[in-house]
Amino acid sequence: MSKTHVTTTVNGDTAEFLASPGMTLLDALRDELGLTGAKEGCGSGDCGACSVMLDGRLVCSCLVLAPEVEGRRVETIEGMAQGGQLHPLQQKFLEHAALQCGFCTPGLLVASKALLDANPDPTETEARYWLAGNLCRCTGYDKIIRAVMDAAAELRQERTA
Amino acid sequence: MSETLDKPALNIVGTRPIRPDGADKVTGRAAYGADHSMPGQLVGKILRSPHAHARIVSIDTSKARAVPGVKAIITASDFPDLASEVLEGGEQASNLRDLSLNVMARDKALYHGHAVAAVAAASSEAADEALARIKVTYEVLPHVLDVEPAMAADAPLLHAHLFTEGLEAKATAPSNIAKRHRNVRGDPEGAFAAAEVTVEGRYTTQAVHQGYIEPHATVAAWAEDGRCEVWSSSQGQFMVRTYCARILGIEISDIRVTPAEIGGGFGGKTTVYLEPVALALSRASGHPVKIVMSREDVFRATGPTSGSVMHVKLGASADGTITSAHVDLKFQAGAFPGSPVGAACMTALACYDIANFSIVGWDVVTNTPKVAAYRAPGAPIAAFAVESAMDELARKLGMDPIALREKNAVRNGTKAAYGPTFQNIGYLETLAAIRDSEHYKSPLGPNQGRGVAVGFWFNVGGESTAAVNIGEDGSAVVVTGNPDIGGSRASMAMMAAETLGVPVDRVRPIIGDTASIGYSMLTGGSRTTFATGMAVVQAAEKVILDLRQRTAKLWDVSLDHVVWRMGQAECTDPAKPDKKPMTLAALAAQSARTGGPISAQVSLNAQGAGPGFGVHLCDLEVDPETGHVTVVRYTAAQDVGKAIHPAYVEGQIQGGVAQGVGWALNEAYIFDRQGLMENPGFLDYRMPVASDLPMLDTIMVEVPNPAHPFGAKGVGEVPIVPPLAAVANALRGAIGVRIPHLPLSPPVVLEALDSKAE
Amino acid sequence: MSQLAYIAPSSPEEAASALAASGARPLSGGTDLLVQLRAGRAKPDVIVDLKKVAGAIGIREAGGGFVIGASTSGAVLGEHAGLVRAWPGVVEGANLIGSTQVQGRASLAGNLCNASPAADGVPALIAARATCLIVGPNGRREAPVESIAVGPGKTSLAPGEFILEFRLPPRPARASDAYLRLIPRTEMDIAVAGCGVNLVLDAAGAVAEAHVAIGAVAPTALLVAEAGAALVGGKLDEASLDAMTAAVRAACRPISDKRGTADYRTRIAGVLARRAALIAFERAGGMR
Repeated sequence: MSKTHVTTTVNGDTAEFLASPGMTLLDALRDELGLTGAKEGCGSGDCGACSVMLDGRLVCSCLVLAPEVEGRRVETIEGMAQGGQLHPLQQKFLEHAALQCGFCTPGLLVASKALLDANPDPTETEARYWLAGNLCRCTGYDKIIRAVMDAAAELRQERTA
Repeated sequence: MSETLDKPALNIVGTRPIRPDGADKVTGRAAYGADHSMPGQLVGKILRSPHAHARIVSIDTSKARAVPGVKAIITASDFPDLASEVLEGGEQASNLRDLSLNVMARDKALYHGHAVAAVAAASSEAADEALARIKVTYEVLPHVLDVEPAMAADAPLLHAHLFTEGLEAKATAPSNIAKRHRNVRGDPEGAFAAAEVTVEGRYTTQAVHQGYIEPHATVAAWAEDGRCEVWSSSQGQFMVRTYCARILGIEISDIRVTPAEIGGGFGGKTTVYLEPVALALSRASGHPVKIVMSREDVFRATGPTSGSVMHVKLGASADGTITSAHVDLKFQAGAFPGSPVGAACMTALACYDIANFSIVGWDVVTNTPKVAAYRAPGAPIAAFAVESAMDELARKLGMDPIALREKNAVRNGTKAAYGPTFQNIGYLETLAAIRDSEHYKSPLGPNQGRGVAVGFWFNVGGESTAAVNIGEDGSAVVVTGNPDIGGSRASMAMMAAETLGVPVDRVRPIIGDTASIGYSMLTGGSRTTFATGMAVVQAAEKVILDLRQRTAKLWDVSLDHVVWRMGQAECTDPAKPDKKPMTLAALAAQSARTGGPISAQVSLNAQGAGPGFGVHLCDLEVDPETGHVTVVRYTAAQDVGKAIHPAYVEGQIQGGVAQGVGWALNEAYIFDRQGLMENPGFLDYRMPVASDLPMLDTIMVEVPNPAHPFGAKGVGEVPIVPPLAAVANALRGAIGVRIPHLPLSPPVVLEALDSKAE
Repeated sequence: MSQLAYIAPSSPEEAASALAASGARPLSGGTDLLVQLRAGRAKPDVIVDLKKVAGAIGIREAGGGFVIGASTSGAVLGEHAGLVRAWPGVVEGANLIGSTQVQGRASLAGNLCNASPAADGVPALIAARATCLIVGPNGRREAPVESIAVGPGKTSLAPGEFILEFRLPPRPARASDAYLRLIPRTEMDIAVAGCGVNLVLDAAGAVAEAHVAIGAVAPTALLVAEAGAALVGGKLDEASLDAMTAAVRAACRPISDKRGTADYRTRIAGVLARRAALIAFERAGGMR
């Protein structure tokens, strides 16, 4: 069976792997690159647990073919904390108890960061619709939304400071 | 509350520290079921029945074995043919034979998705190819999906040897009715005859899935010496060990189960599906085997909870005193007996003090996946019917729905409908919390309605083990045997820290595998913070006793003259005024000289779990042209005993509400005419998304449970009990007609609006 | 065992010739194809990624109208202020396809060529009178959007043909559009019914031109000429709205399935058409 050699950038570093036919970016991250932070909850783009950034765009990595990322830029949950410091969103998720089982958390954090990068001052409704593709079965979303709004406020303050 | 005067103020319990496993879970480091691999592992996959009901005539695996890379293929013949035997250890008792047959079908496939064979191969592609080449010859049989048709005399029989239990006269012919439950008090018929007001209704609900986002996953290795290693995502590593050993016919001492982080369970991971199959494949192939379910497999072959048909009749006097009740509950069990109808019967009237009642429950097998526990199993279903009927009764009486419930509420000293006498319950306080809330007094907008419903869950205690090990720097490691499904590590650490008198970040809570901590019942029944927490506190107290004894020796005073206060030993002997307090760290540093390492373990069987009550208030708005329903405001009050970590208690309540709202509005198993599930994915199995819900307000009522060191009661299950009826009652208020069938989807609501117009 | 090759040609002609091979499947955003691959419903030998084809991605203004690269993601459409101003309905249809994550990938071409009757991106495009630039082994042709899907999962594209661009006509003053759909939740569902309405008003504020297209109520999205005609000449008075609603419902030929009954779909199509017309009218600056 022929495999495709793929060279890409993951969290700022060059990564190479062999993609078997039909392999998704999620499979490549988890099985070839050992980055298991992105989760498979459905494999059909309906739960968002596999969310990653591809060239700065939020995508479900289960809906990207592995060879498609040749020469492109992938960012995952593993790259979110920088220099041993949690990102404010990660910190706010902890402070607000915005996770219970934690399985959907990596995807929600990646999606939330994409939201705040695109819209630093979202309304609650905007945050809820932006995150509608990230299923959480534990929390009822209340504390997640509060954490995102609180992180947004903090990031805005940091920017103006 | 006078007794609290004697107790020291709490420094940690009741605060909201960051959970100890938090950093792992926000960085993607935490390892869940599918995140673990073993060297040389194969890919395991399962072939599932394409039919709802079929005799397995033959299975030909020869072509599949020829696929390059295929290392093993197994069927039911690779498992022992077990006799019927009741097994304890899950959330509820299970039958060993049924458990085994659910893991791998033997003679008959009983539902669409029932496992019939499994392969282990070097690659996913080879495993898929092998599955495609296994030739199963089926004789397709007539099937039955719904509970009432399954009870009919001419229904297709799932099990030729199933005779109804619980009848006055022994059943003489097999049927799909596994069991009848019955509980009668007083003279219900006579009381109905005398009742001034009665209401009556037939209510139905559909099967719904627990919907955890993490699919089941396991990796297992069967070594040459017969020793087995299992890594899996479950609600109880000891449950997995017991079930695997019994299904495979091996000793529990040969199996070590390591609990992965668990990506949600809600009861659905209180049994095994994959682990025995992975072990059998490993035995057959000589390699570790990893199996991960697809979402489709999860829907087709695991969970759900029962669909139901219920009948409720209530009789009352004109002042609102309920004098009689009749509740008839028919529950779908899926392919094997064991629906939660027993618990539903026990909880149905648990909130009410009624002199005369009859409760009858029916456990009925159907050609659908075998039901698994789902958060307060059975209680939300029964509460949907009873609380809807209560709402109708309040309307008929012209009474405020909370006043009606207050008038008939159980209190301390009331003998519960299911038997015991209630003590230390906070139900009236919880009703009052909603009654007095700003939400209850707020006005409604156009097309809006408001619903009230209450709910009850027993909460359980049971067997738990905890160890507290003190490091040489005075830090503590707390080891328990309960998977952390929603933040329980935090509460374990907090209770240990509170008891020891050290900061919470000096305590590291660990979840042990089956070989490194004593037996613990699974995480379920809202038992972990209560029962395992009790073991943690007792172990910490044992450590403190040990520390006091060591200090007494060092100081040459009697044990009575050493007290443990705020994390240090203090001398109260007036003859020794020079003894400076010794901290835990100081004592730990010299432990070698005072008797060796400091640690303690406690195993217990916790009794006295305080029952929990919840009162929910739901406002919703209906689009009168489309029937679309939006929940606009929600408040849930609950007696939680004592909130150890209030943020996670709120989270439990909010999560239960969200699941209940989904159950009420959109979630349902949909089958086609052949009995095949039509919506085995998150696209058409419609769980609430973030934009579907408002903020979910909570009110924590704290009536302490004296059986727990800090007063905790279980909190995780109660909050899913009231929402089904709270939503249905709010909808009744908004549209003026009762819809007694779930889910309350837009077409159903529009049809009801039409029926009103006619 | 199947061999599955992946190629990403850069020229349209190369792409057409690769797609002409039997067993070839185009990949645009991939949000349908990857689901089908995983479920085993699609078993191609070669996947032809069209996103690298020159012209397949991007939005430009041309001849007073817009040209949209067919593989442009919904997210990019939503960020184009000019397009949103001129064709808010087209953009909201495209932006209703799936989640934010899906928006990062899903394209109008994929949505159209997957040929689901319920495709959210399609009715507003039809109502906009958009056309497709189709590239194939025998050259290029232009066709109206409504001619592409011919039934569930079936298109009129010949082997090797693919859509390179969508073309939206020039937009006069006092014109706008809207798309609405009904789903049981608020997001993440397939439309039970959908409706796009495109209106052009005259100087007096009356409807000069109206196009109404409906989705999820027939084997393909439909342009309902009678519905549009019912609105022309007036200012969306109740009688014209009633006539339009009746025309929409008369055109519905839905099925009953797990997502909704035929009666419900038909009824909702009318409700949505009325609401969408009112939104488009208001956006166009109309005053009732």
